[in-house]
Amino acid sequence: MSPQEILNKLTEKFADAIVEAKVEGVLEPYAKLKVESIREISSLMRDDSDLQFDTLMCLSGMDYGKGILGVVYNLGSIAKKHKFTLKVEVPVDARLNGVVGQAANVPSVESVWRTADWHEREAFDLFGIVFTDHPDLRRILLPDDWEGYPLRKDYQVQEFYHGMKVPY
Amino acid sequence: MAELIQTQDRKLRTEEMVIQMGPQHPSTHGVLRLEVTVEGEIVTHVKPYIGYLHRCFEKHAEQMGNYSQVIPYVDRMDYVAAMSMEWSYVLGMERMLSIQIPERVEYIRVIMAELQRIASHTIAIGTFGLDLGAFTPFLFLLRDREMILEIFERTCGARLLYNYFWIGGLSHDVPLDFVDRTRQFCTQFKKTIVEVNNLLSYNEIFIKRTANVGILPANVAINYASSGPVLRGSGVDWDLRRDDHYSIYNRFDWQPQIGKGERGTVGDCWDRYIVRCREMEQSVKIIEQAIEQLPDGDVQSAIPKRIRPNASEIYVRTEAPRGELGFYIVSDGSGSPYRVKGRSSSFVNLSVLPEITRGYMIADLVAILGSIDIVLGEIDR
Repeated sequence: MSPQEILNKLTEKFADAIVEAKVEGVLEPYAKLKVESIREISSLMRDDSDLQFDTLMCLSGMDYGKGILGVVYNLGSIAKKHKFTLKVEVPVDARLNGVVGQAANVPSVESVWRTADWHEREAFDLFGIVFTDHPDLRRILLPDDWEGYPLRKDYQVQEFYHGMKVPY
Repeated sequence: MAELIQTQDRKLRTEEMVIQMGPQHPSTHGVLRLEVTVEGEIVTHVKPYIGYLHRCFEKHAEQMGNYSQVIPYVDRMDYVAAMSMEWSYVLGMERMLSIQIPERVEYIRVIMAELQRIASHTIAIGTFGLDLGAFTPFLFLLRDREMILEIFERTCGARLLYNYFWIGGLSHDVPLDFVDRTRQFCTQFKKTIVEVNNLLSYNEIFIKRTANVGILPANVAINYASSGPVLRGSGVDWDLRRDDHYSIYNRFDWQPQIGKGERGTVGDCWDRYIVRCREMEQSVKIIEQAIEQLPDGDVQSAIPKRIRPNASEIYVRTEAPRGELGFYIVSDGSGSPYRVKGRSSSFVNLSVLPEITRGYMIADLVAILGSIDIVLGEIDR
């Protein structure tokens, strides 16, 4: 299916959930969604017989600046050989779940594509995006007691880690 | 008698035990720690811990002054297949800038990438054999890998981390004896594959250790977004070189290899292994054809003076030796990247490990891990 057809299919069912979409004149056709609808739409995209997005190729955290974080889902279909991109944006919450500076909750898509498990842990680790209903949301690349989220644009590296000087 | 059994029953108490495997364990192929829960010899759960080699390449990439300076960092992701890493990133940048690259560059890139695939698979197969007690094939394969590294060294001066693929071209043209040396290698390597097949692939002991072990069904592989030999070993006919239409692979006569369960079940360790073996044969086939058709030309004519893509983004993927290597590159219109995310194949392939080790012996765990073929540099980035 062409990106336009995929978008039409999405609009048909979830017109309210699509914030913004662009399929012409961009390298990666995408649809920006309301964050709370991402899991529902993901399930549809996987299960619909015309779409069949059976793999999540990549899931990336993003920092758009000004306290807005985002998640980008690059979907692919082995059965149909087409691609599409979904995006969501979330604000950084001053104090979410009792932790300073995490981003608001994004529904986890781990139940749709198991591969999202580690990708979401990575986005949590490096951006501080909290995925709700994730089975095991821990830091994956950094130590558990690391402070801050390194890929944020305003990240300040901690001075010492267990008595070792960090900046070199 | 009944009483005795009863007492014995009471004494025979089983208990789960947690064993740490790694980060310094030789068969984890780098600094990977597996928290293995075992019941006797049977593995009930595996929890991988990664990050020991984390350098935050993505942050480094954002700090770079321009897009070309990212290439050496990309090299260091998968240091066993640096050429393939470079290609994916460079391809993404070329698509962003809509650069048409010269024919000669395309051909040299294909030859280099396929040589790199062979070099990487020799390590994969060699160490896989090593894990299971077969020492000789490892030496044979590394002897031939040396020939490839020599070709690379004579071309760009480096044996492991090349910085050879540049955006729009290559850092050097190939040396005069490149064609001869590559032909020599192909002739030599075809013999080695036969030797390895005799020594290892169809060796009864090796088959007993790998067939019907670590079975990964196709639907699970797809849901976990596994790629490369791991996915094809499960019988899914999917190769980005053919299915994603990048570069000039459609000009050559070759076939993606898939696991068929010849010695056991589709998707077992032996299938993943044999897919790599047969892929090397296909790579030799591609190299031989590309060498014949290699056109003349300037390899640096399309390199842009100034690299400043418009505000845009791209997800590009290529078939690296370990599977789908993707880069999600975002540009904000300035001279340095706003975001570079590396989607590494080993990272994704490793995440399937807990799923396919359940219920096997500890010794099988080593075989299963070896058959996934991971490089920790790429996982931890």
